[in-house]
Amino acid sequence: VTTAPPALAPPRRRPGREHAPAPAGPRQRERRTPLWLLLPAAGVLGPLFAYPIYQLGLLSVLDFRQAQVSGGEPIRFVGGDNYATLLRDGQFWSVLTATVGFAAACVVSTLAVGAALAVLLTRAGRGPRTALSLAAMAAWAAPAVSGSTVWMFLFDADLGLVNQALGLDGFNWTYDRYTAFALVGAAVVWHSFPFVMVTLYAGIRAIPDSVLEAAALDGASVWQSFWRVIVPMLRPLVAIVVIQSIIWDFKIFTQIYVMTNGGGIAGQNLVLNVYAYQKAFAASEYGLGSAIGVVMLVILLAVTLFYLRALRRTGEAP
Amino acid sequence: MNRPGSRDPGSRDLGNFDIGSDVKVSKISKRAWRRVADATAVGLAIVTVFPIYWMALAAVKPAGEIHSLAQRPWTLAPTLASFRRVLGVENFGRYFLNSLLVALVVVVLSGLVAFLAAVALTRFRFRLRTTVLVMFLVAQMVPIEALTIPLFFLVRDIGSVVPGVGLNTLGSLMLVHLAFSLPFAIWMLRGFVAAVPEEIEEAALIDGAGRFTILWRILFPLVAPGLAATSVFSFITAWNDFLFAKTFIISARDNQTLPMALLIFFKPDENDWGGIMAASTLMTVPVLVFFVLVQKRLVAGLGGAVKG
Repeated sequence: VTTAPPALAPPRRRPGREHAPAPAGPRQRERRTPLWLLLPAAGVLGPLFAYPIYQLGLLSVLDFRQAQVSGGEPIRFVGGDNYATLLRDGQFWSVLTATVGFAAACVVSTLAVGAALAVLLTRAGRGPRTALSLAAMAAWAAPAVSGSTVWMFLFDADLGLVNQALGLDGFNWTYDRYTAFALVGAAVVWHSFPFVMVTLYAGIRAIPDSVLEAAALDGASVWQSFWRVIVPMLRPLVAIVVIQSIIWDFKIFTQIYVMTNGGGIAGQNLVLNVYAYQKAFAASEYGLGSAIGVVMLVILLAVTLFYLRALRRTGEAP
Repeated sequence: MNRPGSRDPGSRDLGNFDIGSDVKVSKISKRAWRRVADATAVGLAIVTVFPIYWMALAAVKPAGEIHSLAQRPWTLAPTLASFRRVLGVENFGRYFLNSLLVALVVVVLSGLVAFLAAVALTRFRFRLRTTVLVMFLVAQMVPIEALTIPLFFLVRDIGSVVPGVGLNTLGSLMLVHLAFSLPFAIWMLRGFVAAVPEEIEEAALIDGAGRFTILWRILFPLVAPGLAATSVFSFITAWNDFLFAKTFIISARDNQTLPMALLIFFKPDENDWGGIMAASTLMTVPVLVFFVLVQKRLVAGLGGAVKG
C-alpha cells in the first residue's frame, strides 16, 4: 500500500524552463501543434470558467433581485452599493469571522493529525502501516455527503453511538453554535487528514537515512529530530500542504449545509460560501450574493499567491 | 535513564539502525517503541475506518436495532430491508444511474481533453506556456461554489438554445463538472506525460509515424495508467457534487443525482437512519472501490501534480 516517495523524488524528465534552449529536431517543425491540442480545453474553460468569473464580478455591481430576474424591474448598475451593504451588515462580519476561525481550526487540526500520523507510519511495522493507510484511503474517498450523514448519525441526540456511550442522552450537538462547528470540523478533518498524511509520509521517506542517522548519533530524540531535522527539510512540502488545506477548508460547503441543515439555527453556523448561496438562492439577492462570492475569490486568490511562491521556492512552479 | 519510550536525548531509539555502545538497551527500547507504534497505528486505523463500518452496519441492521437506545457495534440479524426500501420505494436506482452517467461522461471527456492539453504543455515550448500553466494552477484555487450564481443564469440561458444542457438536465451537470475537473486533471497528467521518455516518440517519428499515430497509438497507451489515476479525481468531483445538483436540478425529480436524493430520507419528525445509511453506503461503495484500486498511482500522481 505504501508507495515510493514520489513527492520529492526527481522526475525522470522535467519540462524545461521557458528560457531553456528549445530542443532541436522534430519539435521545431511543429510549432503550431500546441494550439490545436489546447483548443478543446480552451473551448470548455473559456465559456464555463472564465466567463462565469467575469459574470460574478459584473453581477456584484448590479441591482439584481427576483424582480429583475422575472423582468419586472430593469437591471440597474449600482456600483459599490452591494459591497457597502455588506460592510454595514453585522451578519456578514460575523460570518466572515466564523469562516476564518472555522477554517483555521480545521487547518490546524488536519495538519496536526496528518503530520502525527505520517510520523507514526514511519515508525510502525508493515502490517499496521498498511492497515492505517487503507483506513485513511477509505476516509479520503468517502463522499462529503455520506461522510456528513454518518457523522450526524454517530452524534444523533438519541440514537447516536457517541451520546449513548458518553451517557449524554438527548444532547443535541447542533443546537449550540460551537458544538455544531466542532462536529462539522471533526467530519472535515476526518475527510482531509489523509491527504496531509500521505504527502508528508512520502516526504519523510524521501529524506536520506544518513541525515536521520547523523541526528541520532548527535543524540537527538524523536521529538527533536522531528522538529529540527524533518520539519525544516520538508518546509516546502509543508507549505504546499498548509496552503492546500487553507484553500479547501475555507471553501467548505457540503458538510456545513448538510450537517447544520443550511447554516444552523438562525444562521449560527453559516460560512461565507453558504451565506452567499442563501443570499442568492433563498433570498433572491443575486447581486449581493455575487458580492460575497467576489470577497471569497479575492481572499482565496491572495492565498493562492502565497501558494505559487511556495511552489516556486521548491523550484517546481513554472 | 533509557527506559523504553523515554524521550530524553540519550535514548537513541530513533530509527531502524543500531548505533554505538549500549546496543542492547537501544534494541529493547526500539522494540518497545515499535510495539507502541504498531498498536497506535492499528488503533487509529480502527477509529478512522469506524464511521464507514458504522454506516454499512446501520444499512443492514433491522429497524428495531437502529431505533434502539442501546446501539451495539454488531448485528445478529442482518437484513436488506433498508436497501430494498431505498431502491424500491424511493427510486434510488434511478438516481444512482444518473450519478453514474454524469460521472462517466465527465471522466471520459475530461480525460481526453486533459490528455491533449497536457501533451501540449509538456512536449512543446511556446510563448505564453508559463502563463497558461500558472492559469491552470490558479484555476484550481477558484472557489467554484462562488460561481454557482453566474453559472445558474448561464445554464438557464444555454437551456433556451440547447435544451439538452439547460436547467433540470443531467447535461448541465456534465458541462460544469467537465470544466471544474479539467484544471486539476491537466496539472496532474503533465507529470505522467513528462515521465514518458521523449526518445520513444522520436524513434517513432524516424520510423515515419505521423503526428496522430504518435499521439494516440504511442503516447496515449503509455500515459493511460496516469489517466486512470487522474480520472478518479474527475469521477469523485462529479460523483460527490452536491451543490450544482442542488442548484441546477430544481423541479425534475427524475434527473436528481445521489447526493440530493439522499436528503429525501431526512424528515422533520424522525430521520429514517436505516434508509439514509443504506443510501450513503450505495453512494460510498463505488468511490471506495475505485479509489483503492488506483491508490498507488494516485499517490504517485499527486507527487507529480505537486512537483511535476
